[in-house]
Amino acid sequence: MEGGVEGAYAYPGTPSSEIMEKLIELSGKYRFYVEWSTNEKVALENAIGSSWGGKRVAVIMKHVGLNVASDPLMSLAYTGIKGGFVLVVADDPFSHSSQNEQDSRIYAKFAQIPCLDPSSPEEANRMASYSFELSEGLNIPVMLRSTTRISHTRSSVEIKMERKKNFSGKFEKNSSQWVVIPAHTRRLRVKLSKKQKHIKEALEKLPYNKLEESNSRFGIITSGVSYLYAKEAVASLGIEASFLKIGAYPPSENMINKFLEKLNRVLIIEELTPFVEEFVRVYTKKQDLHIWGKLTGDVPETGEFSPDTVKEVLSKIFRRPFEEKSILPDLDKLLPPRPPVLCAGCPHRATFYAISQVFGKKAIYPSDIGCYTLGLQMGGVDTCLCMGASITISSGLYKSGEKREIVCTIGDSTFLHTGIPGLINAVYNNSRIVVVILDNETTAMTGYQPHPGTGITAQGEKTHKVSFEKIVRACGVSYVETIDPYNLTESIKVFKRVKEESGVRVVIAKRVCALLAKKLDMKRVRFEVTEECIGCQKCLKFGCPAIEWNGEKAQINEQCSGCGVCAQICPVNSIRKKNNEV
Amino acid sequence: MKFDLIIAGVGGQGIIFTTNVIGRACIKEGKKILAAETHGMAQRGGSVETHIRIGTEFGPLIPKKKADALLGFEPIEALRYSHFLSRKGIAIINTEKIIPPSCVFPGKFTYPDVNYLMSKIKEVFGKVIILNALKLARESGSIMTVNMVMLGVLTNYLPLEKKTIIQAIKELVPEKLIEANLRAFEKGVNFYLTYKS
Ligand code: SF4
Ligand code: SF4
Repeated sequence: MEGGVEGAYAYPGTPSSEIMEKLIELSGKYRFYVEWSTNEKVALENAIGSSWGGKRVAVIMKHVGLNVASDPLMSLAYTGIKGGFVLVVADDPFSHSSQNEQDSRIYAKFAQIPCLDPSSPEEANRMASYSFELSEGLNIPVMLRSTTRISHTRSSVEIKMERKKNFSGKFEKNSSQWVVIPAHTRRLRVKLSKKQKHIKEALEKLPYNKLEESNSRFGIITSGVSYLYAKEAVASLGIEASFLKIGAYPPSENMINKFLEKLNRVLIIEELTPFVEEFVRVYTKKQDLHIWGKLTGDVPETGEFSPDTVKEVLSKIFRRPFEEKSILPDLDKLLPPRPPVLCAGCPHRATFYAISQVFGKKAIYPSDIGCYTLGLQMGGVDTCLCMGASITISSGLYKSGEKREIVCTIGDSTFLHTGIPGLINAVYNNSRIVVVILDNETTAMTGYQPHPGTGITAQGEKTHKVSFEKIVRACGVSYVETIDPYNLTESIKVFKRVKEESGVRVVIAKRVCALLAKKLDMKRVRFEVTEECIGCQKCLKFGCPAIEWNGEKAQINEQCSGCGVCAQICPVNSIRKKNNEV
Repeated sequence: MKFDLIIAGVGGQGIIFTTNVIGRACIKEGKKILAAETHGMAQRGGSVETHIRIGTEFGPLIPKKKADALLGFEPIEALRYSHFLSRKGIAIINTEKIIPPSCVFPGKFTYPDVNYLMSKIKEVFGKVIILNALKLARESGSIMTVNMVMLGVLTNYLPLEKKTIIQAIKELVPEKLIEANLRAFEKGVNFYLTYKS
């Protein structure tokens, strides 16, 4: 906002979604454009269009989203930008809510673009507004790379709400810049290479790099939030150390060599890959320098850091005792785990249940990314790799000669994100699979963002609502059924019919996300277990968190959202609507 | 004044909201605050931990054994994150259990005896306050206000004025729920006062 963004594009993904949500909230008052795009590549390309049209743009995604968007990014570095271009990428060390731990700084290096790496929310704020200028000054997109502990930290940050004036842009035709045919791109490649020198000069001067000298010959080079962890660890152990905090990449060679001059030992602390460490090792000419880092095995290679991680590393280096982690060691074993589960009344649970009743344990269940990946707990998820890979892995399994039934599940938003090409491919290449589209009318896992299937835009305006059935039919699927997962009896019947058919069959399981319904305050009834319960535990096996066991009978707690599915499972009809509640 | 706080509990108990109230109160008093939360999947009934640091110059995560207070919304979750609490710190624990799905079927895991857990925690930490916050929340009119009861107890230890916290609650709670939330908050504050004497 402070940097004067005029267009923001994103696909939701933890831990990046909140950035866009805040921008949406502000977009009305400060009049700029925001959109939830169908996927990250689409978002990035739309942002490119707007930037080439002269506007300052931001495009926001999580680290794995950048894999999808990497194609346009690589060539965008060649063509350059017009309006300031900021790519915000949220990395997720320890994969708190991701399928892998990747380091987006490597993408910045790969694309040869500058990358800023904040160590606190405050610094992220300053960097974000500055990056537009940096981008325009260098005529290149700038990456702002955050990590979970920055993205999901709330903090008091001072903000200046005065907006830069609007930039009225206009696209200017210039094929030698915007058309990357071989003849042009070869020239642009040389230009990009020459630009690297300017990037280095610009980054070197930034206040986000900080050199803090001490009298010690021991120093720490660090980046991102690890800088603060290292500061705390050093303070608590009472160790003297010089610090070099790196806030921009590629890191400056001069700066690193100047820092190393007085040192004979240096420790490099950074999350994810040994990115800075590799630069340091290439840059230094010092023979007598001892370097501790990920490459020497002294700093953990994986996972997320904390002040304790750095303390442990320092304790080893300085041969200090490091205390045992747990205060109550034997108690840890006593504590039952509490992983997340599908909500009470989640329509996905009902769909998985219906599928398992018809296709059983033998069938293979590829799945995808969303709340429904939690269907793992019900035996309904055999594979999950990346966005959209449920359908494609299914058809691939079929082509591998797999004779068992293959039934895959994919969410509505995921299907629109990258599912469609896989479906076309499966039909085109004559696969025999069942595709279940779980349409809960929102992007639930990331916080209920709308998507083209909801008919609502980011700003809450009405727009065309795409029809899943029409898309599926247009892909060439002739067998399509739509079910309401809350009607379990009927759903089972439909899956039985589907099982008899061949080719690519699609079932659309349509029912709004139970948590969203609760948020929207939709009317609900509650269910209860009556005296007739025979204690068979069939409903317990369904796994709804609202159903408990009191030692003899089932009982339903206040989490019940009233979906009524358990009532259809109960063999003696002992689960009924509570009549005194609305 | 520096103050490090861990809040532990279960997704859906209003922990993130409690964090927001404390955050808002800090901003009102011009105190620096950092609050790191694990969420994303947390809403789906998983275990949740929040690190809140008032007045720190460091990062958002509290080192082990360094927290000044642990606010445990649920017994086993309180214990799960108790390694962050300093031996000199205060533990405030709600005894009302939420049975995790892993305990629903006999055999796999069993929910440990709450009294036993509490006796264990008392062995290690000097100051422990145990209460049934759900009961107090129910008495104040809404079982959804367990978080405000807990915050009320904690208020006696926070380096923040009680009136600032009340103001923050008023600003963040939807209009029609303010009264119930404030009642629950006061119940927590009073619980502490009677508990002490
Ligand atoms: S948020 Fe919605 S889709 Fe996700 S588990 Fe809960 S009910 Fe199901
Ligand atoms: S009706 Fe049954 S299955 Fe549905 S939410 Fe309530 S207890 Fe769970």
